[in-house]
Amino acid sequence: MATQVADKPAQTSPTAAPDAVVVRFAGDSGDGMQLTGGQFTLSTALAGNDLATFPDFPAEIRAPQGTLFGVSAFQINFGSREINTAGDAPDVLVAMNPAALKVNLSALKPGGLIIADTGEFTQRNLDKAKYASNPIEDGSLAKWNVLAFDISALTVEAVKDFGLGNKDALRCKNMWTLGLALWMFDRDRQPLIDWLNAKFARKPELAGANIAALNAGHAYGETAELSGPLKKLHIDPVPAAPGLYRTITGAEAVSLGLVAGAQLAGLHMFFGGYPITPASSILHYLVKMKEFGVTTFQAEDEIAAICSAIGASYAGQLGVTSSSGPGIALKGEAMGLAVMTELPLVIVNSQRGGPSTGLPTKTEQSDLYQAVYGRNGDAPIPVISARSPSDVFEVAIEACRIAVEYMTPVILLTDGYIANAAEPWKVPDPETFAPFKAQFLTEKNDGDRLLPYARDTKGARPWIKPGTPGLMHRIGGIEKNQGTGNIDYSPENHQAMTDARKAKIDGIVVPDQDVSLGDAKGRLAVVGWGSTYGPIRRAVDNARAKGLSVSHIHVRNIWPLPRNLGDLLKGFDKVLVPEMNTGQFKTVLRDQLLVDAESLTKTSGQPFQIAELDAAIAKFFDGVPGNEGGAVEPNSQQLPNPVAGYDDGSLKAGGDAQ
Amino acid sequence: MNDMTPIQTTLKDWETDQEVRWCPGCGDYAILKAVQRTLPQLGADPANTVFVSGIGCSSRFPYYIESYGFHTIHGRAPAFATGIKLANPALDVWLVTGDGDGLSIGGNHLMHVLRRNVNMQIMLFNNEIYGLTKGQYSPTSRVGTTTPSTPLGSVDRPANPCAFALGVGARFVARGFDVSKNLPDVLKAAHAHKGAAFVEIFQNCVVYNKDVFDAFAQPKGAEDRQLWLEDGKPMLFAKETKGLALDLENLELKVVDVVDGDWQAAGVLVHNVKNRSIAHMLVELPFGRFPMALGVLYDDPRPTYEEGVADEIARATAGKNTSLARLLAKGQTWTVEAEGGHPA
Repeated sequence: MATQVADKPAQTSPTAAPDAVVVRFAGDSGDGMQLTGGQFTLSTALAGNDLATFPDFPAEIRAPQGTLFGVSAFQINFGSREINTAGDAPDVLVAMNPAALKVNLSALKPGGLIIADTGEFTQRNLDKAKYASNPIEDGSLAKWNVLAFDISALTVEAVKDFGLGNKDALRCKNMWTLGLALWMFDRDRQPLIDWLNAKFARKPELAGANIAALNAGHAYGETAELSGPLKKLHIDPVPAAPGLYRTITGAEAVSLGLVAGAQLAGLHMFFGGYPITPASSILHYLVKMKEFGVTTFQAEDEIAAICSAIGASYAGQLGVTSSSGPGIALKGEAMGLAVMTELPLVIVNSQRGGPSTGLPTKTEQSDLYQAVYGRNGDAPIPVISARSPSDVFEVAIEACRIAVEYMTPVILLTDGYIANAAEPWKVPDPETFAPFKAQFLTEKNDGDRLLPYARDTKGARPWIKPGTPGLMHRIGGIEKNQGTGNIDYSPENHQAMTDARKAKIDGIVVPDQDVSLGDAKGRLAVVGWGSTYGPIRRAVDNARAKGLSVSHIHVRNIWPLPRNLGDLLKGFDKVLVPEMNTGQFKTVLRDQLLVDAESLTKTSGQPFQIAELDAAIAKFFDGVPGNEGGAVEPNSQQLPNPVAGYDDGSLKAGGDAQ
Repeated sequence: MNDMTPIQTTLKDWETDQEVRWCPGCGDYAILKAVQRTLPQLGADPANTVFVSGIGCSSRFPYYIESYGFHTIHGRAPAFATGIKLANPALDVWLVTGDGDGLSIGGNHLMHVLRRNVNMQIMLFNNEIYGLTKGQYSPTSRVGTTTPSTPLGSVDRPANPCAFALGVGARFVARGFDVSKNLPDVLKAAHAHKGAAFVEIFQNCVVYNKDVFDAFAQPKGAEDRQLWLEDGKPMLFAKETKGLALDLENLELKVVDVVDGDWQAAGVLVHNVKNRSIAHMLVELPFGRFPMALGVLYDDPRPTYEEGVADEIARATAGKNTSLARLLAKGQTWTVEAEGGHPA
């Protein structure tokens, strides 16, 4: 590591370190915690650790200062081994005010370290956080290590030479805190100093003040270590495949993947969007990628966003639109038109808590029914999901491929967690991507006749750009004749067209389902999709370490499902489907595969904790040595119920389940 | 309009093999013929022409024009057309909508396509009724219109399409009606305007709202009730015996008598299509006291939206390395070396 700052005095040596540490930075939404977290993430990545982050911020832009609902937090889990989640419970909690302490304290591990800014623990702030007495002084924090000191005063002192007002001086607090964190984890300050100099190139006094605060926080660590609970920890780099790396969030990855996908199709990309949390960042990234063949259009509403994208696809570009649940609901009718006119289109849903406005900044996976079933008429649309920030890149390319090769809209499901979370990403070499060049019809395809709805072997119709001489034709949302595309309401034609649209989507070739972790047969398959990948993987890993017969299967293609999935699941006695909704994918699996899947559901707006999954898995192994679980509790709502018309199991005995 | 090389076509070249399915006597037939007559005069190329529509009787229009056609969903045609123009600005786009499609369910999109000034011709067929759904009152129906959904007569005030268009920033506003011989000229003027050109076409729904425009549209006495506006010409009607002048005291238009053809002495205004203030008065003229103002009411082009977008893309792209590899490796990166796994 190239270090220009001498930060290792001879008398200190890093304490023997665990293989992973979870740190949560929490403060007021105006305290710059997301920025602090982001910079700490970059520093962690540069140190070669694997990592996962979880930004958790309020829906309010500037909630009243000091209030409980205005607390913004950023959690990072990093280590010298593979990291799959942002971590269940923090080892270190940085609390910039009483509200931040109160909201986040319950998550902190017993024996964990609290770093608190006493400068903010005023009576007024304690009142706002609804503390009857000062927790730092009343002994209520006894089961944790507390390092409380006046960060506010120390920051003001550190930046006093830069002539800032008190308010501006205090805004350097987050850099002071970051400096302390960098010292704690034996990190190089130089990349951050470079970043500050670049960020404040036009305001050198702000650059200087922030750097001074950073250095002061760092120096404080040296001093505090001598007497307090603070210890320096060095987390070794994780062994990684050689190559070029960067950190990436889901929103960045989906943007890059879409651009790559359009290029592989040989198409200009058109993105129609409308501001909505947590999907807006995709628009923000793409608008800066104009030179890579991207047109972005901020439409007047969600409906116009998708309609403009369909218009662009009709005119020969790759139309893309993006939103979150409420916006996707508005796009429903237009999706039906894209199905009817069989034009390529990618629809990205960064899911958030619902229904209605729900939890705009919190994560959920509850739009799966909407994606698979949520349109009028028989309007099948392929659905594909991403499991992590870096995974979205590949998934976005795959969505483009399906859209172009099958002339169909495709829904890509990601979520608020994936959109905002960051992880290291090995930058791929574009030369290794397989192109899927779009083909446009240039002459009549049936002798001297044009048949806009003639189908190729995949069931796809030709793509015909307006402007092509001699191929004038009309398309629209009214049922069309199988070949000519002219209006045709006849019974046999509607039957044939409905069948053809369904057959095309059912026939989409998706990769066979693999087993993410474990064996292809066994006692329990834990089947996940989307951003639950990390916690499921860790929990299954834990269970397997105990010798339990558990496998992790993570499904990317939700619709159509991988063809081998049914057979694969038959190799397990039990199937558990953890998801952040009330059991939507479980229903799809039961519907499509007649598999007796059970649910583990969570709709708190927070990702699964590993411990929650550990416990759920353990229940399937009651009595197994080394397992402390109990029996699985029956859930009457999920049991087969012949009265309600569900499969009561009798079908399986006689029939051939598919 | 688009800069284009004129193509030789005839009216027949613009007819499709599809059976036209409007009610016998519907004003849409006359508009269809007027458009099919206009397109050859414009030198339009069927392969480069796109008709985009929403939902409603008028929106069946694209099926009957031998060009590219996209019959979309209710009210959203302006959004589709915007996507089409951004993807391929060279296409000559005609948008067909109605009073329900364009001003009720699609009012928002109509506002924004006009405000953005996307280069296309927008024809709003105004029959003051929902025809395809069997005769409910529409946002342009007059107060008291009796329909299946308003058996006691409608109570809400109608929207004025041209006033709406001008109010949201349209740079071209014109009016015509289905059987008018002047309609092709109005359409040609719309096509000649670079930007969003809005044309309200009064259209007779013979089944659900028969002859509601007869007061000005019927041939008998038309000269007294129609004021055809021409740029640079005095605003005269009633065989040049009447004209419009400015009532300075009330800042509104007034009808004045013209004696012996001396319209200057009567203070009759000369129509200036670039005068936005007068245009606001013309679109609001209450019919009855005044004739119906027809023709090109306002025409003052501004740069189009798609030119602005293309310009931004060109500026963002100029001199840039557009390789995907560079894009993927943007931002702070680090390299893991083969041997140790430590970053360099």
